[in-house]
Amino acid sequence: MASNTSQGSEGGLALDPMHQFEISRIIPIKFGGIDASFTNSSLWMVLTVIAVSALLLLGTKRIVPSRLQSVGEMIYEFISNMVRDTMGDEGRKFFPFILTLFCFILGANMLGLFALPVLLHPFTVTSHIIVTFALAALVWVGATVYGFYKHGLGYLKLFAPSGTPPIMLPLLVPIEVISYLSRPVSLSVRLFANMMAGHTMLKVFATFVVALGWFGVIPLAVMVGFTGLEVLIAFLQAFVFAILSCMYINDALHPSH
Amino acid sequence: MPQLIVADFLPQLIWLAITFGALYFIISRLAIPKIGSVIEQRHGRIAADVAEASRLKEDTEKAIETYEAALAEARASAHVIVSENRAQMTAEINKEAAALDERLAKKLAEAEVSIAKTRDAAMAQVTGIAQDTTEAIVTELLGKKPAKAAISSAVSSAAKG
Repeated sequence: MASNTSQGSEGGLALDPMHQFEISRIIPIKFGGIDASFTNSSLWMVLTVIAVSALLLLGTKRIVPSRLQSVGEMIYEFISNMVRDTMGDEGRKFFPFILTLFCFILGANMLGLFALPVLLHPFTVTSHIIVTFALAALVWVGATVYGFYKHGLGYLKLFAPSGTPPIMLPLLVPIEVISYLSRPVSLSVRLFANMMAGHTMLKVFATFVVALGWFGVIPLAVMVGFTGLEVLIAFLQAFVFAILSCMYINDALHPSH
Repeated sequence: MPQLIVADFLPQLIWLAITFGALYFIISRLAIPKIGSVIEQRHGRIAADVAEASRLKEDTEKAIETYEAALAEARASAHVIVSENRAQMTAEINKEAAALDERLAKKLAEAEVSIAKTRDAAMAQVTGIAQDTTEAIVTELLGKKPAKAAISSAVSSAAKG
């Protein structure tokens, strides 16, 4: 779609709200024909890793926790409970993966909001469908492979829930198969669309602030409210992604529930 | 839409793999052992403290029980001692009262005897004094001594009269 900008009326500002999603190569790297350039997306991924690591590792190790420590412990216990509630004790081995998934998505979502506009151009890693799809595919393919590895063809029982009348099976099995196949799509599109929509909206309101002059106070106030909502959505989408991943892995652990 | 530029997919995927892998390594090797050990330590500490508190509470309850038992025992033994003492003292008082009564009765009897003796003696002397007085009066009146027999018969008849 159009990345050539629609120019604003004042001062030639780039008002294209999609401009923020563009990938720019900071350090071009090529291995043979493979493009592995360090882009602005890569930069924010690295910053996410640094921020999450700092949050989880820099806390103290006291019995009575310090503030930073208790934030890390809250995230740990939150995901730990989620893993136990959705997958039971067998799901314990997936706890590090789910915790990483949650922290990575939450960190990326949040950093996209709290960027330093002058020093660093804000960019949200999770506003790109390829990134969210890769994460969703990792979960989905991983769960599917694990399900077949653990239960063999018995994993296919997932598509015929126990207690279904046999006459319903011709109808039910296709529905279950379609719903299973659409999981990675829905998982990735949900996160990507939420992030993109939120940031696009914030950018659109930001252009209004400039365009309206003194009356720009009104969209500015709206933006403040939206930013609060975006913080909530950033957390909520990370949570939804993590808990759905838990459920998909749980299906692989216990296909006939 | 910049999200659909296929040429940008590969660098994003490669760096996603690198950073996600790095974060997985950091979280699984460093963060989870660190935070998990603190949480476990805290739970252990809390459990130990609760156990210690309940042990102390049990001790306290036991001490209170012992104290109450001792108190009840002391009260019972005090009661026994009091009633024993009372019985002993009553017996002693009774004994002493009896002895006193006996002594008093003896003294009374003795006194009565001595009173009787003294009275008898006094009475005997009264007769003698009367005879002497009679003799003296008669001697004074008549100028001669009357016969002893006459005096004594006269005194005794006067005493009877």
